[in-house]
Amino acid sequence: MIYAEGLRKRYGAVDALKGVDLEVPQGTVCGLLGPNGAGKTTVVRILTTLLRPDGGTARVAGCDVVADADRLRYRIGLAGQHAAVDELLTGQRNLVMFGRLYHLPRRTARRRAGELLERFGLAEAADRPVKTYSGGMRRRLDLAASLIVAPPVLFLDEPTTGLDPRSRLALWDLLRELVSEGTTVLLTTQYLDEADHLADQIVVVDSGRVVASGSPSALKGKVGGGRVSIAFRDAGDLSAGIEVVRGVLPGEPEIDRGERRLAVPVEDGAASLIKVATALDAAGIPVDDLGLRRPTLDEVFLRLTEVTAA
Amino acid sequence: MTVLEPPATRSARFGWALIDSLTIAGRTYSRLRAQPGELAGFLVFPIIMTVLFGYVFGSAITLPGGGDYRSYLMPGIFMQVAALTAVAAATAVSEDMALGLIDRFRAQPIARGAVLVGRSVADLSIHLLSVAMMALCGVVIAGWRPHGSPLETLAGFGLLALFAYAMIWIGTYIGLFVKSGAQADAATFGWLFPLTFLANAFVPLEGLPSWLRPIADWNPMSAVVSAARLLFGNPGSAAASWPLRHPVTSTICWSVLILAVFVPLAVRRYRTATS
Repeated sequence: MIYAEGLRKRYGAVDALKGVDLEVPQGTVCGLLGPNGAGKTTVVRILTTLLRPDGGTARVAGCDVVADADRLRYRIGLAGQHAAVDELLTGQRNLVMFGRLYHLPRRTARRRAGELLERFGLAEAADRPVKTYSGGMRRRLDLAASLIVAPPVLFLDEPTTGLDPRSRLALWDLLRELVSEGTTVLLTTQYLDEADHLADQIVVVDSGRVVASGSPSALKGKVGGGRVSIAFRDAGDLSAGIEVVRGVLPGEPEIDRGERRLAVPVEDGAASLIKVATALDAAGIPVDDLGLRRPTLDEVFLRLTEVTAA
Repeated sequence: MTVLEPPATRSARFGWALIDSLTIAGRTYSRLRAQPGELAGFLVFPIIMTVLFGYVFGSAITLPGGGDYRSYLMPGIFMQVAALTAVAAATAVSEDMALGLIDRFRAQPIARGAVLVGRSVADLSIHLLSVAMMALCGVVIAGWRPHGSPLETLAGFGLLALFAYAMIWIGTYIGLFVKSGAQADAATFGWLFPLTFLANAFVPLEGLPSWLRPIADWNPMSAVVSAARLLFGNPGSAAASWPLRHPVTSTICWSVLILAVFVPLAVRRYRTATS
């Protein structure tokens, strides 16, 4: 459904994309994961006809992104980083306007607006100006606007940035529903967590290149399971704790004596945590804090770029 | 839902562009309805200028060639308001850019240029409404009258509208570059407002220092004011330069030149714009 080969883009002296390949089968979600400036948005802008690539080719829904741009625009939806809707107009007026700009007849545009407002839980707010909406409501309206022609391919550029956890979960549910109906989704995100929950396939980009790709579980396998972190009451407990930990876990503990803390890298996070907890309890060593720290995005990138460099 | 296709024939493409422009223009009117204060601003500013200049400056300025200052002033204020249409256009476009609305429009199958054309036509129609208010106010408060034939009067307003439309496109182009409404204001009002005073809009040019005189003589705004005064039969001042001796031709040339440069530039910029 989405196919790109060797996409390149330069902004002045900066190589924003240095040859990106991408393939997303129909009805699946591809998560484009990367830090700020990695080139995620540039990829989305090329695939949604907003930007011409300097090199490479891309086809979306069977249309070439350059040669067939107008046909393609009927087949894609784009929800960007901002809620791109008119603040002064009502939710309903916004959707009717966007529908008219897809050249839907007026009545069809109205009907479609009504359906989408209903579906996205905005029916009650339909006649209020968007400036009175909450952040979550705006994003939902923005998403509704990108679904007016029920496009087979949907692009979401950091769809949940700035949303509170509840709105984020609600948006995830909506996306899963769309995918179950057959929509193909490409989403960019800075959150490993989000890609993990939604994506069938994750493509990690860094400095304009794909550094890793695969299913979320395959990538997590490469990155590892995080680390078990333990805080002790005093130095004596810490020393005793180190011995216990060495006995049950294969990883070498990193020790911070000042903070009376130790951390051990582990592969199978939860299982290791239970082992350590049981062993410490059996040895009668009291702990202040015990937890599993998931790998941060920084660690993921470090690990993945190390893997490709090696 | 059936998948839609872009139009294949030339006439269908034209119909498409027309509908898109009307949809975009409709948006401007809806915004205005949602924000009546904005419209009041458009209408009140010219009235304030008329009263302020007519009675404050008018009390001190005598025209070298004789004639009533407030009648001399009205074409100047018409021109100033026409020139400042660029400010509102730039602000509105830059706000759409900042919101990401321009991206949304560009990812939709909208006819090329329709977003900017629709906006500019709506802006012009709102400007005409404010000109009508101003003319009424000029007649009632300042005792201004157009003395030419109805056709000449109409031609005068037509030229002012042409100039305003050209200025809207300058504003549109600038709006596609700046990052916020405040920047758009600074990037247009900042040089336009002073420039409206470097012309024959409010004072006769005879008294200007010799190094400033050529600028005012060749300022397109002076030509617009002279053309309006000529067609309205309002008092003017002696014309030393070619543009002011042929103000109607000059106004048309300047406006067409601005449109010929800024319409293609703005449409091209729109197609590659990044918010």
